[in-house]
Amino acid sequence: MDEKKLDELKEIARQSRAWIIKALAESKSGHPGGSLSAIDILTYLYFSAMNVDPQDPHFVDRDRFVLCKGHGAPALYTSLAMKGFFPKEDLLTLRKLGSRLQGHPDMRKLPGVDASTGSLGQGLSIANGMALAGKLDNKSYTVYAILGDGEMEEGQVWEAAMTASHYQLNNLIAFLDYNHLQIDGRIEDVKSGGNFASRFKAFGWHVLEIDGHDFKAIDEAVLAAKQELYAPSMIIAHTVKGKGVPFMEGAVEWHGKAPNKEQTAEALKFLGALKEDGR
Amino acid sequence: MQKKATRDAYGEALVELGHEFDNIVVLEADLSKSTKTELFAKEFPERFFQMGIAEQDMMGTAAGLATCNKVAFASTFAIFATGRAFEQVRNSIAYPSLNVKICATHAGLTVGEDGGSHQAIEDIAIMRAIPNMTVIVPADATETAKALRAIYHYDGPVYLRLGRPAVPIIYDENMNFQIGKANKLQEGHDLAIIATGIMVAPAMEAAEALKKEGILAQVWDMATIKPIDKEAIREAAKTGAILTVEEHSIIGGLGSAVAEVVVENSPVPMQFMGVEDRFGQSGTPDELLKAYGLTAENIAIKAKELANKKSSS
Ligand SMILES: Cc1ncc(C[n+]2csc(CCOP(=O)(O)OP(=O)(O)O)c2C)c(N)n1
Ligand SMILES: [Mg+2]
Repeated sequence: MDEKKLDELKEIARQSRAWIIKALAESKSGHPGGSLSAIDILTYLYFSAMNVDPQDPHFVDRDRFVLCKGHGAPALYTSLAMKGFFPKEDLLTLRKLGSRLQGHPDMRKLPGVDASTGSLGQGLSIANGMALAGKLDNKSYTVYAILGDGEMEEGQVWEAAMTASHYQLNNLIAFLDYNHLQIDGRIEDVKSGGNFASRFKAFGWHVLEIDGHDFKAIDEAVLAAKQELYAPSMIIAHTVKGKGVPFMEGAVEWHGKAPNKEQTAEALKFLGALKEDGR
Repeated sequence: MQKKATRDAYGEALVELGHEFDNIVVLEADLSKSTKTELFAKEFPERFFQMGIAEQDMMGTAAGLATCNKVAFASTFAIFATGRAFEQVRNSIAYPSLNVKICATHAGLTVGEDGGSHQAIEDIAIMRAIPNMTVIVPADATETAKALRAIYHYDGPVYLRLGRPAVPIIYDENMNFQIGKANKLQEGHDLAIIATGIMVAPAMEAAEALKKEGILAQVWDMATIKPIDKEAIREAAKTGAILTVEEHSIIGGLGSAVAEVVVENSPVPMQFMGVEDRFGQSGTPDELLKAYGLTAENIAIKAKELANKKSSS
C-alpha cells in the first residue's frame, strides 16, 4: 500500500468516525464503541479490497460483506454512504421510524447490505452460505465478515467455524474485532474462553493477528489470506473500543449509548471537520 | 388402502426437482437417512451440504446460500428445526424473507418410540407466529410431492411439516395443490371437520362412519395453515359447527388459526382435537394416536357431540 492510498484511507476513516458520531447523536441511541473499533477495517474493505458497485448493489459477482456484530451498523452504513450507495445525509435518519437505516442492518431495506444481522452469533453461518454458493457456482468473489469478541461466546460461531474449515472456504476472510469489551465488562471477566488464535487454529482456520487500526497491516493480512488455498482465514484484529474519540476509548459505558450535545461537540473537535459542514 | 410416509415422498420429490432445477441445494443435520435427503445426496453430492449436528448453523448457512440465488431446502426433525433453531429461522431466514424451505420430518406424536423429547407438538404454532413464514402440512405422499413443487416455485420462506410413519394415500396424481387453498373432500351440512396433515385420513374415515348415523360432515384438508384459506373457513362455518383435528397441540395450531377467522367473521361453536397441552411419550405411532384420542372413532364421537350441540342450541 503506497502512502497516497494510506492517506486516503486515513482521511475516509476520520470522516467516517465523525459521521458515526453525528448519526448517533441525531438518533439519540446506538452503539458508538463497536462502530469506532471496526470502522478502520470497514474503510479498508470498502475502499481498498472489495469489488462492489454502488450503482449496481446486487450484481452477482460482487464481493460480499457480513457484519456479524450487527450493532456496529453505524459503521457499515457510514462506509456504504462514503462509497456512494446512498447520500451521506441519510446517515442522519439512523434508527428513525421509516428509515432504511434500521437499528441493525436490514438487507431488504438498504441496498449494499448483503445480510440482515443483529442477533449475535448468526452472521458467520450466513457468510459461510455465501462462500459455499461461490464455490458451487465457480465464482471468484470473496466473502468478508466482522465478528465481535463478545460474540465469540455464542455457540453458533463455533458451529460455523467448523463448517468453514470442513468445506475449505478459503474464499472467506473474517475479522475478529478484538476490543476486549462487551456490555457487562471485559471479555476476560465475563467469560474467558482462552486464546482466540489457538482456538481458531484448532478449528482448522488460517489465523493472522494484527493491529486493527493499521491499514498497512490490514492490507498485508488480507493479501496473505487470499493466498490461502484451503482454509478460511480469521484475522484477529487488535482494536480499541471507541477508537478516535478519547473519552470513549476503552470505556465500557460507551458500548451502547449516544453522546449528548456537549459530548458530540467534544468528539467532533477531536475528529476534525467534515467538508459537508463547511467548517 | 396404500400407505406411504410423507418423508419418503419428500425425499423422492426432492430428487425429481433436483433434476429439473439446478439452483436447488439441500442442507442436512446428520439425519439424512431419516429425513430422506440421503436420496438427493446420492444423486447430487455437490449440491448437498452435510452440516453435522448443528441446526442453528444449518439455518444460517441456508440463509446465506439463499442470498446467492439458491433455493435452499433444509431438513432435520421438526423439534430441532423449530425449537433449537427458532431464532435462526426467525432472524436469519424469515426477517429478510429468504428463499429457504424448512422441510422438517418427524413432526408430532407419531415420531413414536423416541418419546416426548423428540415429538414436536408446538412447531406449527411457533412457525405460524413468524411474519413472512408460510406453513404447510401435507396430508399424504401425493400432496407432499405437489406441495414441494409449489414451494420451490414460491419465493420466500416456507415451513413444510412432514411425518415419520407410513400414512394412507388419499389423493391420486390429479390432485391440485395450491398454497393457501384448502381442499374440500366431502360435502356436508351438519358440521364441518377441518383437519390437517396425517389427521385428514382419519377425519375422512370418521365422516364415512357418521354417514351411517345420518350425519353429513363437510370435510376439509387444510394443508396450508398460513396463509389460511379464509374462504374455506367461511364456507365451513355455514354448516353451523366446526371441528378441527391436528396432530399438534390444541394451543396455537390449526384449531387456533381456524378460530381466529371464525370468531371474526361468523362465530359458530367449535371443538378442537389435538394434543391437550401436554407432552408426548414413547409408544408406537398408532398406540400414541389412540392414547391421545386422535383416532377416526374419536373424531366421529366428537363430531356427533358437536352436531347435536349445534341442533339443540
Ligand atoms: C444473541 C444476542 N444476545 C445479546 C445481544 C445484545 N448485545 C448487543 S451488543 C452485545 C455485546 C457485544 O459485544 P462484542 O461482540 O464484543 O461487540 P463490540 O465490543 O464489538 O461492540 C450484546 C450482548 C444480541 N445483540 N444478540
Ligand atoms: Mg467487544
